[in-house]
Amino acid sequence: MATIFDPTVSTRAGRAENSANELAVTVTLRINGKEHSLRIDPRTTLLDCIRESVELTGTKKGCDHGQCGACTVHVNGRRVVSCLSLALVNDGEEITTIEGLGTPAAMHPMQAAFLACDAYQCGYCTSGQIMSAVALLNESCGPDDAAVKELMSGNICRCGAYANIVDAIQQVRKRA
Amino acid sequence: MHTFEFTRPADPAAAINAAAHAKTAQQGADVRFLAGGTTLIDLMKLSVETPARLLDINRLPLDTIEDMPDGGLKIGATARNSDLANHARVQRDYSVLSQAILSGASAQLRNMATTAGNLLQRTRCVYFRDTAMPCNKREPGSGCPAITGSNRTLAIFGTSEHCIATNPSDMCVAMAALEAVIHVQGPQGTRAIPIGDVHLLPGNTPHRETVLEPGDLITHVTLPSPKQGSRQVYLKLRDRASFEFALASAAVVMNLAGGNVSYVRIALGGVGTKPWRSPEAESALAGKAASAANFRQAAEAALRNAKPQSENKFKIELAKRCLTHALQTAANG
Repeated sequence: MATIFDPTVSTRAGRAENSANELAVTVTLRINGKEHSLRIDPRTTLLDCIRESVELTGTKKGCDHGQCGACTVHVNGRRVVSCLSLALVNDGEEITTIEGLGTPAAMHPMQAAFLACDAYQCGYCTSGQIMSAVALLNESCGPDDAAVKELMSGNICRCGAYANIVDAIQQVRKRA
Repeated sequence: MHTFEFTRPADPAAAINAAAHAKTAQQGADVRFLAGGTTLIDLMKLSVETPARLLDINRLPLDTIEDMPDGGLKIGATARNSDLANHARVQRDYSVLSQAILSGASAQLRNMATTAGNLLQRTRCVYFRDTAMPCNKREPGSGCPAITGSNRTLAIFGTSEHCIATNPSDMCVAMAALEAVIHVQGPQGTRAIPIGDVHLLPGNTPHRETVLEPGDLITHVTLPSPKQGSRQVYLKLRDRASFEFALASAAVVMNLAGGNVSYVRIALGGVGTKPWRSPEAESALAGKAASAANFRQAAEAALRNAKPQSENKFKIELAKRCLTHALQTAANG
């Protein structure tokens, strides 16, 4: 189902200009296996597009400058920060968000491990943490906690749930 | 963010043609190539960069990493930093490069950032990134508040009275020690530039950071065939253990023969206005015994001409210890 995106929404963090509508362009995003054809302002980041146009709000905006990892999603199976990527650049790519990992009834093993290990407090960074953690399973990562911490350093948790996050990830890795 | 026109050139020639008419390829360029976006989109959000046109080069065939007939390695401009760092040949023959890249940024950013983008990475100087402040790099002639202001993280080498901004790249420091060559295709044809000649010192023109001109597209980087038996170390010291820029770093490529240093290349990061090769440290060590005293002496030589700012005198001793330790680690290796 196609969704039409209102370009004035995407530019609220920037300088909204009258020319925005004239510059609107079409992009097709494949998110969690579903295709979305959208008209967007070219300035729209993948993050804003996911949240405000496709209305998948599990992906969070923290710093909006690539420094906190809250907006982490997968593009073609690799984790990226969606705040520093223009939606247009991702035209046609396979995007996975937290909504695409599992459901409350059938959680991804990493989601279940976060729950079992109490790996969050306020929860704001959690979807980014989980997206990073799931990607880490397919990356070159040593067996010890220090290796996990190093590869998770791009995801900031200001509640300080780090120890339990590492536990959750190690639990899933040991079962794999 | 200012509005821009977004296009996707079909091939490198089209990208070069589209950028050739820009007024400059330096700060304030009206046309920018867009690759990983980790620097450019960030700076566009801050209105530090306001290009009218973005040329998306992500789908050009520039992302391969290939063996060369002479034993060297050819690294595509848009090869992702994570692919480069994890490449089997890089890990085996150019491990200082792998170590340097993996010490930088985060896993997510390394998945996005590219070879050429990292080469052109911009300074983290807080005045450069804040359009409410003067900055000679961003607005020529407006002044440099860093010289009397917040300069703890800034440079002690290559500064001028107009700019003291640090080059933030780890990758470039390793490439300097590996004597990489940067290959550029431009409106006038192709050229190969040694990495030491790519970045410019700020001097009177801090807004000019590289020798690139409008339409110049970095296509690839080549590394010379590896030094057999070389010991390679990248050591990075910073305020937190991960996901932080260097206060001081050292890249060492060293060969030993009978306990003596038979070959050594040394570059420092986090201390220079450009990736800082140290011929002083190299000549201090050449032919000498691989001893702790000689390593310290090389570090003394490397930092002899350092010029500290009001808040970063500590970098001199830090960089000395960083290099000494990197050399010792390489020797022990």
